[in-house]
Order: sequence, then structure tokens, then C-alpha cells
Amino acid sequence: MLETLMLSRLQFAANISFHILFPTITIALSWFLFYFKFRFDQTGDPVWMRAYRFWVKIFALTFAIGVVTGITMSFQFGTNWPKFMETVGNIAGPLLGYEVLTAFFLEAGFLGIMLFGINRVSARVHTLATFIVAIGTSLSAFWILALNSWMQTPQGFEMRDGVAFPVDWLAIIFNPSFPYRLMHMVVASGLTAAFLIAGISAYRLLKGDDKQAPKLTLKIALTVAAFLTPVQIFIGDLHGLNTLEHQPQKIAAMEGIWHTEKGAPLLLFAIPDEENQRNNFEIGIPKLASFILTHDLNGEIKGLNEFENYPPVAPVFYAFRIMIAVGILMLLISWFSRLQLWRGKALSPWLLKILVAMSFSGWLATLAGWYVTEIGRQPWLVTGVLTIKEAVTDIAPENVGFTLVMYLILYAVLMTAYLHTIFTMASRAIEIEEISDDEKIKRPISITAPLNPTIK
Amino acid sequence: MFEANTLAVIFVSLMGLSILLYAILDGYDLGVGILLPLDQPDECDTMIASIGPFWDANETWLVLAIGLLLIAFPAAHSFIFKELYLPTALLLISLVLRGVAFDFRAKAAFSHKPTWNKVFKAGSLLAALSQGYMLGMYVMGFENTLMAYGFSLLSAFGVAAAYSYIGGAWLIMKTEGSLQIQAVQWAKKSGWICFFGIVAVSIVNPVINTEVYIKWFSWPNIIYFLPLPIIGFLLFAVSNQQLKYLPKQNDKDCWLPFVTAVMLFIVCFFGLAFSFFPYIVPGKLTIWQSAAAPESLSFILWGAIVVVPVILSYTAFSYRVFWGKVRELRYY
Repeated sequence: MLETLMLSRLQFAANISFHILFPTITIALSWFLFYFKFRFDQTGDPVWMRAYRFWVKIFALTFAIGVVTGITMSFQFGTNWPKFMETVGNIAGPLLGYEVLTAFFLEAGFLGIMLFGINRVSARVHTLATFIVAIGTSLSAFWILALNSWMQTPQGFEMRDGVAFPVDWLAIIFNPSFPYRLMHMVVASGLTAAFLIAGISAYRLLKGDDKQAPKLTLKIALTVAAFLTPVQIFIGDLHGLNTLEHQPQKIAAMEGIWHTEKGAPLLLFAIPDEENQRNNFEIGIPKLASFILTHDLNGEIKGLNEFENYPPVAPVFYAFRIMIAVGILMLLISWFSRLQLWRGKALSPWLLKILVAMSFSGWLATLAGWYVTEIGRQPWLVTGVLTIKEAVTDIAPENVGFTLVMYLILYAVLMTAYLHTIFTMASRAIEIEEISDDEKIKRPISITAPLNPTIK
Repeated sequence: MFEANTLAVIFVSLMGLSILLYAILDGYDLGVGILLPLDQPDECDTMIASIGPFWDANETWLVLAIGLLLIAFPAAHSFIFKELYLPTALLLISLVLRGVAFDFRAKAAFSHKPTWNKVFKAGSLLAALSQGYMLGMYVMGFENTLMAYGFSLLSAFGVAAAYSYIGGAWLIMKTEGSLQIQAVQWAKKSGWICFFGIVAVSIVNPVINTEVYIKWFSWPNIIYFLPLPIIGFLLFAVSNQQLKYLPKQNDKDCWLPFVTAVMLFIVCFFGLAFSFFPYIVPGKLTIWQSAAAPESLSFILWGAIVVVPVILSYTAFSYRVFWGKVRELRYY
């Protein structure tokens, strides 16, 4: 029988992992939508409106799942981790509160107009509503990452009788790891949305949909992906250096360094052996880890042996490698495809198929990255302040086990329905995307105007 | 700056406002879900279209209410939700199912639409029942007795009926033709069940909670509080009278039942709020015992003072944009 602690952890991991998938798409997809709508207002070219219409439906679906699975989170803290709020609630509370007040309401309030109000308000107000929804999703990321980063690298508070009290709010919000984590997550969202748009557009082209809209969105998505992947690698490197400074035990686990080492190799593969504190089957590039982390081939990296508390090594080590592998794949594929388009060539069917396969690669990389940073924080819930063991509830394990199974079944059903629906919408787009008659009357000029001639 | 005791009162009022707004706003859209006539797919479309632009924002009031409880009264939050662990999980799962059903039914393959309609209806009903059950357990002070469970079940049906009632009233306002005539019938029936539910809670609450009894029936409180039940009865009588004569010619007064229902919700809310104040966990924790640090509460209060009026104004704007009878819900 599993104990309440492990079950609560699994449940929280299941809930937050499932939840984060959807905001990861919508944070950036909302900006893509704003761009489509903005370009439509500027040019009057109906292809922008078609791109908008298709993606706004996927946005609505994704956003709805994000909202409803997010509600679960606000109950979880109290039900499963009561000591969390009791100990650091004075800091976590206001950050969560500002997320609800400034972000959730903004999104939800203007979503109705964005989705269903296009014929009820002026074009300008509708574009503005789309813009405000995008602002809202980004603000939400701002507050929630401020809180998460504070839990990783807390500052700006004092402890009185075992309870944290805020001293300096600016220091709390702009804690050392926050700027890096925020940038890393926002760009991750950009990549996730870009590969989703590219993948679904490629799927439509493969299905024989020769409309302009999927070609246009494919091109835009690949441009964004090709630009953001190197940016992300750069930010990721900075984030890693920041972690080395503030949470060196996490870096040691990520790199699989058991004992302090000079000129540490970059391990491409290994099987960490927790019991004997060593790695088996190591394949590595000599001195590269030291070089990346200290910019010196013989730089010293602290091993896990230096720390009293350190996270479980294997999951952090593997998750990190999965994230990096997906990142490299993204870089190769986006640059290769974008180069093909740039040279005026159409993408070959097998390249389109690869893009379809990459549709949800952003999810994989994002989850893997979060596992690195969250498992890498263990055994702390708030570094140096509160451990997960201290924070957990005393609810009977049967109850937690029961709800965990319910959530897992629910998530399996939702995921199946979500993927099925998205691909159904993509294959049906060919039938429903024609411009309607009243639209032709409304915008006579745009019909005769040539479509963007650069799209191949 | 605000003093610690004042802050606790301000925050419990803000939380109360969010709960009240949630009960009214998500109340009508959950009610519409409960009333969904599965054998009439066209009416289902119209009904769901009437709540389409709003349900998401409506549910955000729940997040704010629970958020405020978590932020301002963390000890009460963990106490209440540990006691209500399973009904809470049921509530969350039904809210998730219902929320996604709304989107899936419009986007999945056409043949799946009836299934998602069923999920939408079942999710709405379960969400209302579990909220009513949680309210019942709260009123009963989280006792683990047969009577507490029985009362909570009664309260579950009462809340589901109250939501159907306000949902019916919403539909009278937003629809026309045969659906509107049906909505009048729905509002009538669920109104009666809701009425008996309110009477039951009003009797049981003071009988089992001595403190509530003393508060309501001691002199001179009874003078101050007496208007509440009287207004409640009057509102119900008015509502019953209105429903008899609706729909009228040119759709005159179609908005009256909804306004009456909202007022009834407000009266019930204040009745409950007066009963328990200053307790946040009945008989166990007061708002002052469980309040978070004043420096945290003032930090968020300044934000709330600026943001809440803005939220209320753009919510009003959104209702204005979608004013009038419901039209087919289209993304363009």
C-alpha cells in the first residue's frame, strides 16, 4: 500500500502535468491569433481571417481544458498540502491572488467577445479583445512563475514562529531564478504553439487541403520555430548557470556528477545507480560539462557528495536528456524546413509527416523540463524552508488513492477526446473553410486582391 | 494601512461577494445545463448558446472565492477541504467534464454531439449536487452523523433546484417561442422545490446550531433579522405570480423572473452569512483566528481595490455586447 505522501505527490504531479499542457499552448497561441487578426485588419486579405477562424477554435478548446483543470489546483493546496499554505501562505497567497485578479478575469472576461463577438462589436474592439486575452495569458504565466521561482530560490522574507512573513515584495517577485524561468517558459510556450501550428498545418496539406491558409500558417510557424529554438537554447544555458549558482545540487543531479570533479565530462548517456552513488554505462564527451558550466575545460563542479540533501538523480538526469534531445530535434527540423521554404521549394511529404509527428513535441520538452526543475528541488517544497514531508496532509491514503485513480481516468479520456477532436477539425477544415457569400459582399476588394504571392 | 482585524472583515466580505456572484452567475449556467432537454437537440443548442460567452468568466468567481479563502484564511481552507475531500473531488471532476463538454460538443465529430450533451447535463447536475452537499456539511459543522449526511443530501437537491430555478429564469429572459414557454414551466417547478429547500435549511440551521438560534431569536436581533425571511417569502410569492402570466405579448417583462431570482439568492446569502459571522468554520474557527498576516493582506488588498471595479466593469461590458435574445453561437 502506498502512503499518503507518495499518493499526494503522484496526484499533484498528475494534476499539474496535465494542466500545464494546455496553458503552454494558449500562452503563445493567443499571440499568434492576435497577429492573424491584426494582419487581417491591416490587409483585408481573407486568408488571415481563415487562419484566425481555424485556430481560434483550437484555442477555445485548449483554453477551456486549461481553465477547468486549473480550478483543481486551487483546491489541491488545501486538501493535500495544508502545511504549504500555513507556512508560506503569506507569500504564496498574494502571488496566486494577483494571478486570479489580474490574469484569470482578464482572459475570461474578454474571451466571450473574442470567440463569439466578432459580429457584435467593431473590428477594432474585437482585435483589442484578442489582444487583451493574450496579455491575460502572459500575465498568468508571470505570477505563477514568480511563485514557482520563489519556491526554488526564496528571498525577501523572514521566519517568525515557523511561518514566513513578507519583508520585500519586489525581492520576492524578482527572486534570482525568476527572470530565467519566466523567459524559458514563455519561449517554451512559443515553441510548443509553433510546432503545433506547423504540425496541424502539415497534416492538412497531407490530407490534400490546398488552401492558402494552412500554407501560410505553416510558414509563419516554421519561421517562429526557427527563430525561437536557438533563442531557447541560449536562455536555457543562462538558466542552467543561474541554477548552478543557487541550486548546485540540482545541476549535479542533472549532469550525474556524484563526486566533485574537475574537467567533468558531458554525459550523453548513463544509468545512475543511486545505491552505489555512481553511474553505469557512461557515454560522455570529456571536459564538456565543466566547459559549459564554468567556461573552463578544467573547471570544478560540485558533486552530490557535497550536499546533505539532494534530489533523486535518475529522473532528473533522464528528464534533462529528453528535454535536450527534443530541443536539438526541434532545431534541426525547423531550420531544415524553413530553409526549404526559403529556397522556394515545397516541403516533401516525408518532411510534412515529420512535422505532423512533431506536433506535440513542445509538450514533451516542456514536461521534461518541468520534471528536471521540480524533482530537482526535492526534498524541499520551498528550498531551505519546508520539505514535502512536512507539508503533506493526514487524509487516509485510500481516499487519496481513490481520487488519484479518478483523475487519471478523467485525464486519459480528455486527452483522447482532445487529440481526436483536433485532428478531426483539421481534416474537416477543407470542407468548411470556403468564404461565405455574405463575406464576399462585405469585402469585395479582398477577394480580387492577390493572395500573398510568396507562399508556395 | 489597515488594521489586522479590519483586514479580516474586509477579506471575508470580498470572499462573500465572490461566493454570492458565483452562486448567481455560475448558478444560472449550471441550471441551464441541468435543464437541458436531451431529446430536443435544437433546444439544447440554443440553451447552451445562451451561456456560451459567459460560463468561463462565471466560473472564475469560484476560483477567486476559493483563492481568497486560501489566501486570507489558509487554516480554514485546509480544515474545510480536508473535511470535504471527496465531495470536492467530485465537484472538480464534474466541473472539468462539463467545461470540456461545452467545447467538444461543438467541435468533435457531429455524431458525438448527443454524447457530449449528456456529459454536459450530467456534469452540471453533479457539480450542483456536490456544491449543495458541501454547503449542507458546512452548515452541519462537518459532523459525521447520519443526520448530517441526510441534511446534506437534502441541501444537495435544494441547491440543484435553486440553480435550475435561476437557470430557467435566465432562459425566459434570453429565449423566445416554445423554448421560452418550456422555461417558464421549468422555473415554476424548480422554484417550488427550491422554496421547500430554503424553508428546510432555515428551520434546521437554528435548531441544530445553538449559536445560530441565539443570534436569530434573541432580542433585539430578531427585529433586525426578521425582514430577511419576510422579504424572502414576498420575493417567492412575487416570482410565482410573475411566472403565471409569462410569456406576455411583445415579450414584456421577460427579465423580471431573473431579477427576482437574483434578489432571492441575495437574501438567502445574507441569511447564511449573518448566521455564521464571525465564524469561518462554524463553531470552530473565527475569521480573526485564521486570517493571514496583515502585511500580505494589505499587499493584495491594494491590488483588489484597483482591479475588482475593473473586472466588474468589463463583465458588464461583456453582458452588454451579448444583450438581448440569444442568437446562434458562431465563431464568426
